[in-house]
Amino acid sequence: MHQLTLAEIARALAAKQFSAEELTRSLLTRIGQLDPQLNSFITVTEEQAVAQAKAADARRANGEGGALLGAPIGHKDLFCTQGIRTSCGSRILDNFEAPYDATVVDRLAAAGAVSLGKLNMDEFAMGSANESSYYGAVKNPWDLSRVPGGSSGGSAAAVAARLLPAATGSDTGGSIRQPAALTNLTGLKPTYGRVSRWGMIAYASSLDQGGPIARTAEDCALMLGAMAGFDTKDSTSVDQPLDDYLTALTKPLTGLRVGLPKEYFGEGLDSKIADAVMAAVEELKKLGATVKDISLPNMQHAIPSYYVIAPAEASSNLSRFDGVRFGYRCDNPADLTDLYKRSRAEGFGDEVRRRIMVGTYALSAGYYDAYYLKAQKIRRLIKNDFVSAFEDVDVILGPTTPNLAWKLGEKNNDPVSAYLEDIYTITANLAGIPGISMPAGFIDGLPVGVQLLAPYFQEGRLLNVAHQYQQVTEWHKQAPSGF
Amino acid sequence: MALERSEVEKIAHLARLGLNEDDLPRTTETLNNILGLIDRMQAVDTTGIDPLAHPLETSQRLRADAVTETNQRDAYQAIAPAVEDGLYLVPRVIE
Amino acid sequence: MQWETVIGLEIHAQLATQSKIFSGSATTFGAEPNTQASLVDLGMPGTLPVLNAEAVRMACKFGLAIDAEIAERNVFARKNYFYPDLPKGYQTSQMDHPIVGKGYLDITLEDGTTRRIGITRAHLEEDAGKSLHEDFQGMSGIDLNRAGTPLLEIVSEPDIRSAKEAVAYVKAIHALVRYLGICDGNMAEGSLRCDCNVSVRPKGQAEFGTRAEIKNVNSFRFIEKAINHEVQRQIELIEDGGKVVQETRLYDPNKDETRSMRSKEEANDYRYFPCPDLLPVVIEQSFLDEVRASLPELPVEKRERFEREFGLSSYDANVLAASRETADYFEAVQKVCGDAKLAANWVMGELSSLLNKDGLEIDQSPVSAEQLGGMILRIKDNTISGKIAKMVFEAMAAGEGTADEIIEKKGLKQVTDTGAIEKMLDEVLAANAEQVEQYRASDEAKRGKMFGFFVGQAMKASKGKANPAQVNQLLKSKLEG
Repeated sequence: MHQLTLAEIARALAAKQFSAEELTRSLLTRIGQLDPQLNSFITVTEEQAVAQAKAADARRANGEGGALLGAPIGHKDLFCTQGIRTSCGSRILDNFEAPYDATVVDRLAAAGAVSLGKLNMDEFAMGSANESSYYGAVKNPWDLSRVPGGSSGGSAAAVAARLLPAATGSDTGGSIRQPAALTNLTGLKPTYGRVSRWGMIAYASSLDQGGPIARTAEDCALMLGAMAGFDTKDSTSVDQPLDDYLTALTKPLTGLRVGLPKEYFGEGLDSKIADAVMAAVEELKKLGATVKDISLPNMQHAIPSYYVIAPAEASSNLSRFDGVRFGYRCDNPADLTDLYKRSRAEGFGDEVRRRIMVGTYALSAGYYDAYYLKAQKIRRLIKNDFVSAFEDVDVILGPTTPNLAWKLGEKNNDPVSAYLEDIYTITANLAGIPGISMPAGFIDGLPVGVQLLAPYFQEGRLLNVAHQYQQVTEWHKQAPSGF
Repeated sequence: MALERSEVEKIAHLARLGLNEDDLPRTTETLNNILGLIDRMQAVDTTGIDPLAHPLETSQRLRADAVTETNQRDAYQAIAPAVEDGLYLVPRVIE
Repeated sequence: MQWETVIGLEIHAQLATQSKIFSGSATTFGAEPNTQASLVDLGMPGTLPVLNAEAVRMACKFGLAIDAEIAERNVFARKNYFYPDLPKGYQTSQMDHPIVGKGYLDITLEDGTTRRIGITRAHLEEDAGKSLHEDFQGMSGIDLNRAGTPLLEIVSEPDIRSAKEAVAYVKAIHALVRYLGICDGNMAEGSLRCDCNVSVRPKGQAEFGTRAEIKNVNSFRFIEKAINHEVQRQIELIEDGGKVVQETRLYDPNKDETRSMRSKEEANDYRYFPCPDLLPVVIEQSFLDEVRASLPELPVEKRERFEREFGLSSYDANVLAASRETADYFEAVQKVCGDAKLAANWVMGELSSLLNKDGLEIDQSPVSAEQLGGMILRIKDNTISGKIAKMVFEAMAAGEGTADEIIEKKGLKQVTDTGAIEKMLDEVLAANAEQVEQYRASDEAKRGKMFGFFVGQAMKASKGKANPAQVNQLLKSKLEG
C-alpha cells in the first residue's frame, strides 16, 4: 500500500480494495518502524489520524467521492493544527498547541485527507538542510549520512521513504523544490498569493508560499486543487479562479517554448547535473517542445537581495515570540528585558538568531536604504527579467540545485556556503512566479532534480509539463533502498 | 561593512536576543561573513528603479465593518505561560 | 529676554468603528480583560491583518473636512519595538505614505480672533493594549482588548503659539471629529489623546528650540496647565545656563509638573518598513466623491449659515455651532418657535447655566428642544412674560411637563385684559394716594425714579402676571392724570 501514489490510492479506495482506516493504520505502523532512521516526524498524531480515516470511510459509505477522501498526508510543522503541537521546528514553540487550523489544513481536511502528523523542518523555515531543527536533523532516505534538503526536509524524507504518499511544505527560497530535488520527488511552489497563508507561520511574508510535495506531478495537482484558492482572511491572497489542474495535465507539449538561461550554466554547477538538465531538454524536445537560449542577467544578484529581504521580514515576524502570551518562557525572569532576551535566546536556535540579527541590522537607521531598499530594487530587476523572458518562452528550465545532497554537518560552520545552494530557486520567490522541481536522474546513486518556472498563475502549465515528462521517464518511480 | 562588537551588541538588544559573552566573537565573525555576501548588492546599478515590495502589484482589499469575533479568552489563555484574572502577567513594567 | 513658545500637537483619535482596524473584534469600551482579543489581536503565529473599510472612510472624512490632500495610494508600515502591550512586537502604522496629507483647521480664540493652524498629516494605525500595574505580586497585568482599535493620528504643524491656542485647537479637533461622527471624543475614556511638543525660542529667532514631548494629556484643562508648566520649566532651565533635552515627559496633574519618562529614554530605532502582509490602499476618486457627499454640514459652514439665515451675531453663531448637538438643539428650538434670537438667548443663557450646574451634556438636557421652543412661543404670543418664563423653564427642568401644562396648572397666564389691569392699577393707586400726589408734584427726573415703585406694586398686586408693557403704558397714563 505504501508504494501507491495519491492517484492510485484514490482509485483503490473507490474500488474498495482497502479502507482509509486500514491504509492509515498500515502507514502508522510503517512510520513507527522506519522513521527513527529518518527523524522526519516531529509529532505523529495516531489517534486523530485513525479518527479522521474512519470519518473518511463513513463519508465514502454515504456516497461521497473526491480524489483526496481518505488520502493519508502529513503537514509541515509550520501549519497550525488546532489542539496539536505546531512547533516550526523550534524550542520556542515546543509547547505551542495551535488554537486554530490553518486554511491549508482546513481545506485538505474538508476534502477528506487524513493527517498522520506534523513534519520536521528547519527552524522557522530557515535553512536548506533540515539540520537546524530543535528536534534534530532529518536524514535523506537515499543516503542516511546526507541531508534531505530544507526547510521542508521532513516532508520530503517522509514522502521519499514512502511513509506518506504526499505532504504539505512551504517555499520561501526553495524550501519545497530543493528538498524535492535531493530526494527524488516532485515539489511545487505556487504563484505568490495562490495558496492562503492564514495559519502558515510566517518566515518572510512577501516570499512564503505553501505547496505540495509528492512523488508525481499528478499527485501535486490533486493536492494543489484542494490547497489553493482565495481566502478572505489573507490580504495577500489573490481572488482568481482556480484552474482545473487535473485536466491541464493531459495537454500535449507540442509547440511548448522552453527557455534555457545562459546564466544557469556557469561554474559552480556540477557538470553532471548540467548533463541531467540537457537530457531532460532532449525528452521535452521529443515531446514536441522547442528550446531557446534566454538571459536572466540579474540572477547573480538574487542571493544578496534574498538574504536581506527574508531576514528583514523575519526579524519583524518573529518579534511576537516573546514569552508573554504563548510559547517558551524562560525561568524566573528578573525583569521585562530579561524575560524577552532569555526567552528568545534560549528559545531560538543559532541560524534563526543570526537571521534575526541580519534582518534587524538591514532595517536599522542608516542602513535601510543601502540594504532593504536596495534589495527591493534588485527584486524588481529580477521580476523584470522574467517578464521579459516570458515574452519569448512559455517555461524556463534549469537545474534545481547546483550540487547534490551534501553530507550531514558539512556546511554547519559556514552558513554562507549553504545560502549559495539556493541560487536557482530564490529568483522565483523574489518575483512571485510558480516553480516546480521534478526528478531527472541519478548521479552516484543520489537524485537530481530539474526545475521549471512559469509566468504568474500558470501552475497548470508546470504540472502539465512535469506530468508529460513523467509519462516518458521512470526517474520518479524509483524508491530508495531499504524503504 | 564589517561590524564591531559593540554594534553586534546594539543589534542584539534591538532584537531582544540575549548574547553570550563567549559566543560574541564567533557571532560577530559569522555575521560579518553574511554581510560580506549581501554587500555585493552595492555593485548593482539600480538608478531609476522602483523598489518591489510585493511580487503581485495589486491593492489592499477592504473588509466590511462588522463584529465577527466572539470571546474565546479561555481557549486562547489555556496556552499562556502566566495568566491571572484574565490578564497576561509580565514582570513589572516601569513607566 | 523675550521668549516665544512653539507648540505642535499630535492627537490620537480612536475611530468609532464597530470592529477593529485589522480584525473583526468588537471595540466596545469597558469589557472584561481579553474578552475582545481575537487571534489576530493577540498576534498569534500565522495570523494576518485585513483592513476595515470604515476606518478608511472615516479617515477620508477627516481629510476632506480639513481640506487636505488625500493620497491616491497609502501604505501601512511596521513600527518595530518591544513592549508587553504590543503583541506582535510591532505596531502597524503609516510612515512615508499616510492616508491624509497637508490640511488646516481655523480656530477661534477667546478674544474672537481666528488663526489658521496647519495640519501636517493624519494617518491610520492600530492601538496597543493596556498594562495594569496594581499588584500581581510585583508583576503587571496586560489587557489586549484595546489592541487593534483603529486610531487616526493627527499631527499639527508647529504653528501654535500659546497654551490657550493649543486648547482652542484641541477643542476644535474634538468638535470636528464628533461632528463627523468618527470619534466620540471622550478624553476620560481615552478616545482622544493628546501629545504636546513644546519648545521655546528667543523672540525673533527663526530656528526652533529643542522640544520636549508631553505624552498623553487627557483633558483640556491639563493641556493648558501642562504646557504652561513646561514652557516655564524650559525658560528657567535655559536662563540658568542649561539646555533643553529632547525627551518624553509625563504631566502629573496632582503635582502640576512634568517629569521625564525614564524607561523611554533609550533611543528607539523603530526600523519602519512597509508591512508585507498588507497591500497599498488605493483611494479612487469615486470613493472620495461618495465620502464627500456623506459629510455633514461642517462647523464653519454652519456658523456662516446661522449668521446668514438667522441673522445671529458671529459670537452667537460660533457658540451655537461649537458642537453638532448644540447646533441641532438650537435649530430644533428655532423650528418650533420661529424666533432665532430668542432661541439663541435661551440656549446660551438659561439652558447653558442649567446644564453646567448639573454637569450635563446637551443631549442629556431635562428640557427638550420641543419644550423650550413651545415655551418661547408663549412668550412671543404674550401668554407669559419673560420673567414668568424663567419659572416655567425651571418647572420644565424639574420634569413638570410642557410649558402649556405648567402655565395651566400654576395659573401663570399673563394678564393682558386691559380692563382687569386698569382695575388693578386703580386699586394700587388708590392704596398709594400719597405717593401719587408726590409723583404728580415732582419733575421729570424724580418721576422716573418713583415710577419703578408703582410698577413694583402693580406686579405684586398681580402676582407678576400682569403684562409688563401694558402695565407701564396704562400706569403712565393714569399717573399723568
